[in-house]
Amino acid sequence: MTEARAASAIWSDACRAAQLLAVDPVGLGGVALRSPAGEARTAWLLMTRRLAAGADATASLPIVQIPADVSAPQLLGGLDLEQTLALGRPAAQQGALARADGGLLILAMAERMGAAAAGPITAALDQGEVITERDGFSLRRPARFGVVALDEGIAADERPPTALLERLAIHLDLSDVTHRDMEDAASVDIASARRSLYDVIVPDSVIESLCAAALVLGVTSGRTPILALRTARAAAALAGRCIIAEEDVVLAARLVLGPRALQLPASDQQAEDTPPPPPEDNPDEQPPEPQASDSEVRKLEDTVLEAATTAIPPGLLQLLQDNALRGARGTNSGKAGDSQQKGLRGRPIGSRRGELRSKARLDLLDTLRTAAPWQNLRRASARSQLIQIRREDIRLKRFKDRQATTTIFVVDASGSTAMDRLGEAKGAIEMLLADCYVRRDEVALIAFRGAGADLLLPATRSLARAKKSLAALPGGGGTPLASGLIAAEKLADDVRRKGRTPTLVIITDGRANVARDGMGGRERAQAEAEQAAILIRSQRFRAIVVDNSPRPEPKARGIALSMGAIYLPLPLVNAAILSDAVRQHTSQRPARGSQ
Amino acid sequence: MAITFPFSAIVGQDEMKRALIIAAIDPTIGGVLIFGDRGTGKSTAVRALANLLPPIRTVEGCSYNCDPAKPAGLCKACNDTQAIAPRSLKTREAPAPVVDLPLGATEDRVAGALDIERALVHSEKAFEPGLLARANRGFLYIDEVNLLEDHLVDLLLDVAASGENVIEREGLSIRHPARFVLIGSGNPEEGELRPQLLDRFGLSVDVVTTKDVSQRVEAVKRREAFDRDPEGFIASHQAADAKIRKRITTARGKLPMIAIADDIREAVAGLCVSLGTDGLRGEMTLLRAARALAAYDGKREVQLAQIKAIAPAALRHRLRRNPLDDTGSGVRVERAMAEVLAP
Repeated sequence: MTEARAASAIWSDACRAAQLLAVDPVGLGGVALRSPAGEARTAWLLMTRRLAAGADATASLPIVQIPADVSAPQLLGGLDLEQTLALGRPAAQQGALARADGGLLILAMAERMGAAAAGPITAALDQGEVITERDGFSLRRPARFGVVALDEGIAADERPPTALLERLAIHLDLSDVTHRDMEDAASVDIASARRSLYDVIVPDSVIESLCAAALVLGVTSGRTPILALRTARAAAALAGRCIIAEEDVVLAARLVLGPRALQLPASDQQAEDTPPPPPEDNPDEQPPEPQASDSEVRKLEDTVLEAATTAIPPGLLQLLQDNALRGARGTNSGKAGDSQQKGLRGRPIGSRRGELRSKARLDLLDTLRTAAPWQNLRRASARSQLIQIRREDIRLKRFKDRQATTTIFVVDASGSTAMDRLGEAKGAIEMLLADCYVRRDEVALIAFRGAGADLLLPATRSLARAKKSLAALPGGGGTPLASGLIAAEKLADDVRRKGRTPTLVIITDGRANVARDGMGGRERAQAEAEQAAILIRSQRFRAIVVDNSPRPEPKARGIALSMGAIYLPLPLVNAAILSDAVRQHTSQRPARGSQ
Repeated sequence: MAITFPFSAIVGQDEMKRALIIAAIDPTIGGVLIFGDRGTGKSTAVRALANLLPPIRTVEGCSYNCDPAKPAGLCKACNDTQAIAPRSLKTREAPAPVVDLPLGATEDRVAGALDIERALVHSEKAFEPGLLARANRGFLYIDEVNLLEDHLVDLLLDVAASGENVIEREGLSIRHPARFVLIGSGNPEEGELRPQLLDRFGLSVDVVTTKDVSQRVEAVKRREAFDRDPEGFIASHQAADAKIRKRITTARGKLPMIAIADDIREAVAGLCVSLGTDGLRGEMTLLRAARALAAYDGKREVQLAQIKAIAPAALRHRLRRNPLDDTGSGVRVERAMAEVLAP
């Protein structure tokens, strides 16, 4: 495991990062800054703003800040209501992406941003322009900017969308930096570095060593070496060099490659302990052979690797193991943003006539469209050039409820039959997922065994992701049924708060023998399980208890009864039967309450 | 026009490039879906393809890129002009459209809607064509296709199936031709694609990042050269791009002459049966794609080599998913080919 680097070294790298961003914001894409709001982050942002502004003193540099729950019209622009009404003809409004052109786009709480909100941002990063096809407008605006993604995530899987992180060259973590570590950075000449950026010579050995080092660290994306190279080039330009030197490459390795590493270099003393990289990247990973054309390249590559290794976050291996169980890094981020963006009030299905009440949402465009044909007539009678909108023109947005369900599998992974049960649950989950898109369902998996319950698969509708998470499922140990049910109740509650309908599928024989505090004792365990079941019933979650004991088990039936659940004895659970049963019972509406 | 990275300068990813070229040769194949890892040049390849497409002849001033050579497929306006005075349509040569369907696009811009400016200012009821009109006879590209909103997906499916866009809203009643090659790309990590949409794509390509250091080094070098001097870099690849364009044009012309022998047809049928693909769409797509590839390769008839080269792309997304079998569908196609197509 790598030692944590000194905070002062991290801060000095952060200062360099701010300078590099000012030199080549578009080329680098930007900086992902993981840090709670605090002194270090404030100081860094101030410095970044100052440096960026200093690079182009002639014009005021646009710095646009957007929240994580930013909506598509805010990002992309669209109809400008005020102007449209004032001018009497449709006027377009620029979105945040177009406004940030030539400057910086700061994303607040990027860890809560959803993939849907990140999509337009990553598209703009890729193309350097923003294409808006909204509200009757078809606009193309330049949008060349650097992104600063502020990531306040604490848990390992609270991260900004992966598609976004991938495009930001520099990843910083200032969580451990305090004011004692912060020294003022030496002043630099950003403007001249900008001018000389493309005069810097790039030796082939630099490209080769960066590419090889990236592969050794398990970073397979084709973008990473390009971003690392641009970082090194900006560093060289900043130092006034006309050719990229070793120290520039080393800095790029620390800022770009290290934080992305998914595995430690094999030469590390911990080679044996290095887990295989997550299957997502490397189905057939082989330790890549460095292109040994030239001993110089190999030497540089070693230097690069060494530098990158110092920047690998401490605890990487633990993180990777967790991620192997919990799903790919970062893909679970931004659920809150997601729901805001898509609007869980359902998908829009056109508009209708109606009265404007507090809950209703005006469909401005359709309202204007309805009013449009009458304008000449009405203007003449009203003697005004303003747009005349009458009550009968008002159109309201209509939404169709999604009826989206999240099926939560709660699987008893205890004892000798654990592997079979888990295998079947796994199969059923995959079968449900295979057609879940059609029904807009999500699936989650909780397993309980030994001393407690684990969320093995957070709610997802990605089959690819589920397969990865399900690959390694532990089994064996006692039966902490109560812990499993409590965990399920909590997850179901979360799911409901996100506006979806949870369905619990509990696969167990109902014979609890571990209490919630992890101690044995059948009676107490059983009593606690009963209580947990009653808790679930009080929430009126739809639930199915699948009894997989060889013959129907009264205890499982009892639990089902306490839960107000459907009781389904299935001694030979197999994936097809299970998924059919779930499908059949979850399609029953309304949800079963208490009997 | 935005400066795009040249197609011929893309390193590796041969299956993706081949699929795009085939779609350019025979638009009836039904589009290409590119799914895979990040940073593999998916969008770069599609945007680069725009520069390879041979130009098309269109009716001057027509919003739907009508083809003057095909009177049956004309839009209403062109049809009316034609009916009043035959051969009076002015034509011009235009680049084949490659239209981006950006995320966050609204339905009115995709399908077209009442022209609100003309309605507000002049009180005229006029139709403003949308992206589907612009994409007629060209390509419609959706990056992050799996993030597209459902109601837009439904709309696209309807139009792609019928080749015609029907608008019935705001007192407008309009239909216009909308035949386009749908190109979608995305990352499966961010969500699966709906099976109905999956099946509509003729070819499906899985892209993975290459692990070959020399290829990666070459890719970074080219990108670096492009960053440094885009115009110069494009100029240096112009000849190679032009060569591909010429091959595409030639292949289009030869397409009707390419023969498919009965034993090839039987082999393809056998392959599809052994894989259990639903319906005939897989077989037809595979044969068409193989024919386009044969034309591109300068062959006179389809050979087993073309079938083998294109079968994974034509069939991998049509297999029934077996949740308990983790093998990639591409591998299953390869396996079946080894059994069925053995000489």
